[in-house]
Amino acid sequence: MAERIASTPAAWIGQALLYAVFALIIGVFSQWPAYRHLDPGQALIKVSFNHQGKPVSACRPATEQELGKLPPNMRAPMVCPRERTPITIEMDLDGTAALRHVAVPSGLSRDGASAFYQRLPVKAGTHRLAIRVKHDAQSPGFDFERQATVTLRSAQVLVIDFDPGKGGITLQ
Amino acid sequence: MAALQSLHALRLWALALYRRLEQAFDRVFGASLNPLRHLGSLGFLLFWLLAISGIFVYILFDTSVVGAYRSIDQLSKGPWYEGGLLRSVHRYAADGFVLVMLGHLLREGLAGRYQGFRRVPWLTGVPLLLLAFVSAIGGFWLCWDQLGQFSALATAEWLDRLPLFGSPLTRNFLTAAAVSDRLFSLLVFVHIGVPLLLVFGLWFHIQRISRAAVFPPRPLAAATTLTLCVLALAAPVQSHGPADMAIVPAQLQIDWLLLFVHPLTYATSGETVWALLGVSLIVLLGLPFLPQPAPVPVATVDADNCNGCRRCFDDCPYQAVTMVAHPTRPARQLAQVNADLCASCGICAGACPSATPFRGIASLVSGIDMPTLTVDAMRRQLREGLAGLARGGPRIVVFGCRQGAAADRLAAPDVLCLNLLCAGQLPPSFIEYALRDGADAVLIAACEPAGCEFRLGSRWTLERIAGAREPHLRDSVPPDRVTVAFADAGEEASLARALDALRQRLRAMPPPPVDDRIAVHG
Repeated sequence: MAERIASTPAAWIGQALLYAVFALIIGVFSQWPAYRHLDPGQALIKVSFNHQGKPVSACRPATEQELGKLPPNMRAPMVCPRERTPITIEMDLDGTAALRHVAVPSGLSRDGASAFYQRLPVKAGTHRLAIRVKHDAQSPGFDFERQATVTLRSAQVLVIDFDPGKGGITLQ
Repeated sequence: MAALQSLHALRLWALALYRRLEQAFDRVFGASLNPLRHLGSLGFLLFWLLAISGIFVYILFDTSVVGAYRSIDQLSKGPWYEGGLLRSVHRYAADGFVLVMLGHLLREGLAGRYQGFRRVPWLTGVPLLLLAFVSAIGGFWLCWDQLGQFSALATAEWLDRLPLFGSPLTRNFLTAAAVSDRLFSLLVFVHIGVPLLLVFGLWFHIQRISRAAVFPPRPLAAATTLTLCVLALAAPVQSHGPADMAIVPAQLQIDWLLLFVHPLTYATSGETVWALLGVSLIVLLGLPFLPQPAPVPVATVDADNCNGCRRCFDDCPYQAVTMVAHPTRPARQLAQVNADLCASCGICAGACPSATPFRGIASLVSGIDMPTLTVDAMRRQLREGLAGLARGGPRIVVFGCRQGAAADRLAAPDVLCLNLLCAGQLPPSFIEYALRDGADAVLIAACEPAGCEFRLGSRWTLERIAGAREPHLRDSVPPDRVTVAFADAGEEASLARALDALRQRLRAMPPPPVDDRIAVHG
């Protein structure tokens, strides 16, 4: 009537072996095989920004008709668009176009910040970088440009950020 | 429809394979201590180990950018008894938790336990998979070594593939200046909060079953804990170098059991992994809604015969029986069956004191009964079968279980087989009745208690026969004429051996007193 319970020496050895297998599976696969995220001899360039572009157009005086539709306390003399300029970024690497992206402003009215993140693995060594950013639809061409020659060690990370309040295009 | 049938056939084939593995483990561990039969409760054990070791690590944890690495690294560099052991146990218990959780999912899935009354436990179990991985991955970040740095960035990059956040999460880990002490307070909050959600989810997961196994048998718990401790001493977990956002960690000793999603993301793409996750969740959450077999009639209550004794209420493995006020008898209770929860196992019928074949009424009606196999039908089959058994040698009645080994294959001129919905459906008085009505012995074929399809059927049967549970087998029944054999589906040979052993034992025994054997009932 008793349940089957294994208590022979062979069963004890078997149990020890199976517990050892359990430990082995955990012990091995919790650290093996080693993972290499970036190939040897490579570095990583991260391009990222989180910035609100300039308004897409200039403010203009409100017409009499527009003002008449508004309550007296809301009759601002100038009408300014909410929508922001999509931020365009371009990067040349050693004279070749390596990146071009237009980051659309967030929000239903496109009045939020434009955000971007991109990683570019490159060979370690010296590289010529040319970065251009446009954040104002009303100005011709790019608003910020920066050229730099950088020497990247293997596995080094170079962060390219954009913030006009901190000097525009920054390399860290 | 053809595709569904093919999948069903594939599932049954895989289930048969799994059962073979389980039975092989039975031979080594014994069925009652077989880890493959206790995956759910082992998950609970590992969770408690995680909680205990985690609390200790948290006490010594410094929630700052520099302090996080230093405090965790010191645990590994100091003597094992100062925290190194517990840190390693914490990690390895997490690995073990994921393994047994996936094993539990596989076992229950192959057994088709996602439909009908098991739908809710299945559906509440699926989100726990996500919570477990979220919690585990967050734990690596807290170490804030290069592995934590890699995991944090990889997770952020993966999450950023979804248009959920206004600003990319990755920017929080872009440079050393972006990582603040406050971030670690948040991470600690997440790493404690998510496991608390997991506990809450586990509570939901086991809500619909009574006497849920939230702790494995002690020898199994001790052996599992010891195994993890030995592993922690033999291969203590070490931190990588401190996180440095200016470099990409060259080579990582990654935990593939917990962090496999990161290499998978980089080997494919974030979108691919999101799609895989979405499809997996849809499949898992959709399984309970596949076309189901026709529902089996559930237990029914007869108010005139229910005396409100609560035994069915106590014995139901799925909390399908509740007690309500009796409609006609003041101060009495009446059992009530919730059809959504009822597994149609018949364990309640086996528990009913009115389900005794010794009652004189022509048509036996008990307080709670199964429409598919009533106690009256059982008594009739038993009477007719006993009358037809060959005389001249030992006559044996086998009460089989439809979920376990096919007892019908034992049928012979001197053997009467009655297949029950579950061994737990057998009221013990039927054993005495069979012996009094001409049987020389009774063999009860039950599933392994740790593998009972309806969880508690075999356990209650054993306890009822041993006199430890009501309704119990009367002391006057000779114990050497009653045998319980545990045999799961596919173990018919084992059942046949048990029958042969019983036959041989009977031949060596004197016949029971004639008066008892020819007693006529009803």
